[in-house]
Amino acid sequence: MKQTEKLICLHDADNVLVALGAVEPGVVDLANGEQITLTTAVTLGHKVALMPIPSGALVVKYGMPIGIATKDIAVGEHVHVHNIASRYTATHYRDDDAGLNND
Amino acid sequence: MTNTWQGYLRADGRKGIRNVVAVAYLVECAHFVADEICRAFPRDDVHLIGFPGCFPNDYAQKMMEKLCTHPNVGAVVLVSLGCESFNRTRLAEIIEASDRPVETFVIQKSGGSASTIQAGRDAVARAKQVIAGVPRVAMSVSDLVVGTVCGGSDGTSGISGNPAAGRVFDRLVSEGAACIFEETGELIGCEHIMADRAVTLELGEELKAAVDKAARYYEVLGFGSFAAGNATGGLSTIEEKSLGAYVKSGNAPISGIIKPGDEPPSGGLFLMDVVPDGDVRFGFPNISDNAEIVEMMASGAHLTLFITGRGSVVGSALAPVIKICANPDTYRALAGDMDVNAGAIIEGERTLNEVASEIFDKILATAQGEQTASESLGHQEFILTYKSFEPIGPACLPTK
Repeated sequence: MKQTEKLICLHDADNVLVALGAVEPGVVDLANGEQITLTTAVTLGHKVALMPIPSGALVVKYGMPIGIATKDIAVGEHVHVHNIASRYTATHYRDDDAGLNND
Repeated sequence: MTNTWQGYLRADGRKGIRNVVAVAYLVECAHFVADEICRAFPRDDVHLIGFPGCFPNDYAQKMMEKLCTHPNVGAVVLVSLGCESFNRTRLAEIIEASDRPVETFVIQKSGGSASTIQAGRDAVARAKQVIAGVPRVAMSVSDLVVGTVCGGSDGTSGISGNPAAGRVFDRLVSEGAACIFEETGELIGCEHIMADRAVTLELGEELKAAVDKAARYYEVLGFGSFAAGNATGGLSTIEEKSLGAYVKSGNAPISGIIKPGDEPPSGGLFLMDVVPDGDVRFGFPNISDNAEIVEMMASGAHLTLFITGRGSVVGSALAPVIKICANPDTYRALAGDMDVNAGAIIEGERTLNEVASEIFDKILATAQGEQTASESLGHQEFILTYKSFEPIGPACLPTK
């Protein structure tokens, strides 16, 4: 069976989806029959918001909190180091290579 | 594939899956000479290890003692400059007491580089002859100690390679092996769910305390256990990296906490606490992935499962590394360095169970002598630096 799903939801409680490959902006079909409109391109392993995540709210993946939104995140938006932060230690990344230049 | 094979029997009753001569430098100043000694021999059975520091460190002493008496090691050649602080006499006595051939060369007393290199090579040749006669013994999964690390993690690690490794750990534990997972700095955010798996409440508290210690340690250092490439690959925070890493521990109950060099007292699943105790003194707990592999070897790991997303190519001295690639794009780019393509799970071509079963078979084949990708390429990375630890508390090994 070849994978046709482009974005997967890892846990029922999650508010983000994970890309299983490069996905372009636009309408994407989900496994549950629903659709989502991506506002930015994402690459393999990156996350997009499944629902609006207000600034200060928990970002949930694997059913567990992985950090806090640092700004309001809209449905279909790339969720990454530019809009979420750790509740433990700050994330270190190189500005030229943080996987933010997909669009 | 058969589930029993012939291992190498050591005097202490432990069984090895390799039979190598370890050439060990006891300070960086002896590194080159030790390396030159090794270069006269094929890479598969003479391995270079060592400690670079000139100043004494109890942790490094213990690690070298454990590594030189690792079940995969048949004989040891020690190379000292002469004026360093490392206690070479004690190390040699412990190796000798383990019934392994050991010879020590002190460069300052052996005529310098050229003559020490020649003398060391002659010693390795003698050692190889002796260990060719090491008795063989039946060995099975229940004799194995298996470690797991992930390195170069990305957003695929937590959904393909690590959960597949977790299923392998469950099977190994059910068949009696001792399995070690680690890097408490990469379990930050998982401490509560992990504590629920402890075999006693007290052990659960110790598990949480170990992760708290790691969080405090990394906070002082100003960085989490998080590399720039982790972000490139889609990981945004240490908690996200942790949750992906945590699944490689599988679902078995957690039987105890050990520290580097402590051997698991039985089969089962053990967390290795790699973050030093006390004040932050010697820098990062594990400055690169191989430091963690070295610590698991010091605790007796016969081989290590290494799950990578971005694409690590490393192997290790003394004990084989099985590389499991979580990311299908990385697998295509670096296939010659990988043993298992867990990226096929991402592409929907294979199931988690199929890949787990392939990893299990790879462990059996490796234990039976088949070379892993990094072994056949000649990889023998090794790194050991300064640390300090207190002994584990009584609640850490409740089954003992």
